[in-house]
Amino acid sequence: MNLAAKLVGWIDQRFPLVSTVKAHVTEYYAPKNFNFWYFFGSLALLVLVIQIVSGIFLTMNYKPDALFAFASVEYIMRDVQWGWLLRYIHSTGASMFFVVIYLHMFRGLMYGSYRNPRELLWIVGMILYLVLMAEAFMGYLLPWGQMSFWGAQVIINLFSSVPVIGPDLAILIRGDYVVSDITLNRFFALHVIAIPLVLVLIVVVHLIALHEVGSNNPDGVEIKKYKDANGKPLDGIPFHPYYTIKDGVGAVGFLIVFCAVLFFAPDMGGYFLEYNNFVPANPMKTPEHIAPVWYFTPYYAILRAVPPMFGSQFPGVVAMGVATVIFFFLPWLDRGKVKSIRYRGPIYKIFLALFVVSFIGLGWLGLMPATPAYTVISRVLAVIYFAFFLLMPWYTRIDKCKPEPDRVTFK
Amino acid sequence: MADKVDHSKRRWLFAATTAAGGVAAAGAGAPFVLSLMPSERAKAAGAPVEVDISAIAPGTMISVEWQGKPVWIVHRTRQMLDLLAKHDADLADPASSVPQQPDYCNNPTRSIKPEFLVVLGICTHLGCSPTFRPEVAPADLGSNWAGGWFCPCHGSRFDLAARVFKGVPAPTNLIIPPHKYLSDTKLLVGDDDKGGAA
Repeated sequence: MNLAAKLVGWIDQRFPLVSTVKAHVTEYYAPKNFNFWYFFGSLALLVLVIQIVSGIFLTMNYKPDALFAFASVEYIMRDVQWGWLLRYIHSTGASMFFVVIYLHMFRGLMYGSYRNPRELLWIVGMILYLVLMAEAFMGYLLPWGQMSFWGAQVIINLFSSVPVIGPDLAILIRGDYVVSDITLNRFFALHVIAIPLVLVLIVVVHLIALHEVGSNNPDGVEIKKYKDANGKPLDGIPFHPYYTIKDGVGAVGFLIVFCAVLFFAPDMGGYFLEYNNFVPANPMKTPEHIAPVWYFTPYYAILRAVPPMFGSQFPGVVAMGVATVIFFFLPWLDRGKVKSIRYRGPIYKIFLALFVVSFIGLGWLGLMPATPAYTVISRVLAVIYFAFFLLMPWYTRIDKCKPEPDRVTFK
Repeated sequence: MADKVDHSKRRWLFAATTAAGGVAAAGAGAPFVLSLMPSERAKAAGAPVEVDISAIAPGTMISVEWQGKPVWIVHRTRQMLDLLAKHDADLADPASSVPQQPDYCNNPTRSIKPEFLVVLGICTHLGCSPTFRPEVAPADLGSNWAGGWFCPCHGSRFDLAARVFKGVPAPTNLIIPPHKYLSDTKLLVGDDDKGGAA
């Protein structure tokens, strides 16, 4: 026995090393027919690592103080060696995180990955999405630019429209009567330690839940139905080496895109880093046009589309909240006989296409100033957005599905 | 007897321990939650502000900081005041029935002296600071525009008495903070000797 094998044996008597690696990597059987859309889970993990590493290095020069925050970011950009790279990696990573997560979620919608037995996996994923939004929102305050300040002002005021407890809740979040140094300081604490800890923990839960039920696949059929004499799924291949290699190719492709943005368009024409955020926060003056960063704009457009009712803007806030939370109920809203879009009928395909149009359309409108014409379009798209979910129990049931194959198809 | 488990006693002990532990956890958690509320320094930052209004040209406004928020002081012209009464039908609350102002400003001009409007420059929708647009009928705001404020965030509109128009996201008129005149040209924002100090 060589030294390495001895060492592994020594560890294995004290920690379940070999069995853990087998269960989650070398003998975790994933369907053999994964396509392009199955890159985004591992890519989300990659971006998480990029954000944690670049974030740790940014904290070494950033100052969470209203007097110094803006200047310390400029200091990182101009004077810290390679500081501009660290900062642009982190800001590009934030947007790319949402690109990856939205595509990952869309994959789930297409192939019915939220359906039985993966309901809990989907719910844990949706919790991750909400936590990620909180993380991104708090991080955006830290540069203390005009958009940081007024974006936080608007979002925190959403909470103050909650009946009865709202105003006190907003004060509790800010720690002050206005967004101030106190707010900045606590958002820093939450952004760099509290929420990342929660995020990493839930990612682990997400993976454990995935490995318990097994991955779905583009055909939406269960590979566990047909097993060989050893109990291995006939249509399954071990995650390592097959998918580690495949995901490696995905990671390289992703990093090419990531670096193209990072080096040639780090502010992405004002969408990844808004121009007004290069102006220091001024509590006395709202910029001429404010919009959240692109990944929040679909919900922001829904918020603006709802008129105030009974002298309160709370209904709009509720609509915005429901628009995010409604995803949690997908496993029970979908009554289709098949999971995958490959075997769904035309009605589901039309609704999903309309949903994509409404999501992207709302995202674009959320970036635009609120004109009466745009408000009308926002309302139409918001209705489509909710119709996709609320009519789902009905249209998925009457839809004419094609027969599912017994085993996965693989061309 | 030794192997007989008294389940009811166990349940009772379990419930009692959980209850006691819950109370202790809530008690221990309270300081952490309370530390998130405004500190004494944050509470003290709301002192009244003295403003010299003699230099405000008619038709213009200045912005002063009070409690970390912008307070606008507008010098309204005769023409601006005349236009105020002409669009009551378009306003959500023309008579200011929602208490967004001290009693002494609950009048058609929402002010102590009609020519000077003192108002908190924070939109009642989601807290942006609206833009001052005193001109009449500019191209982007339409021919009905008689001067006022336009909120860039969500499109809320207010007239020159800071009253909100119908059909915009903001639900109520802008807030008039407590204020009083110390002399003809000196204004104190944040205190009015009538218990209205904030």
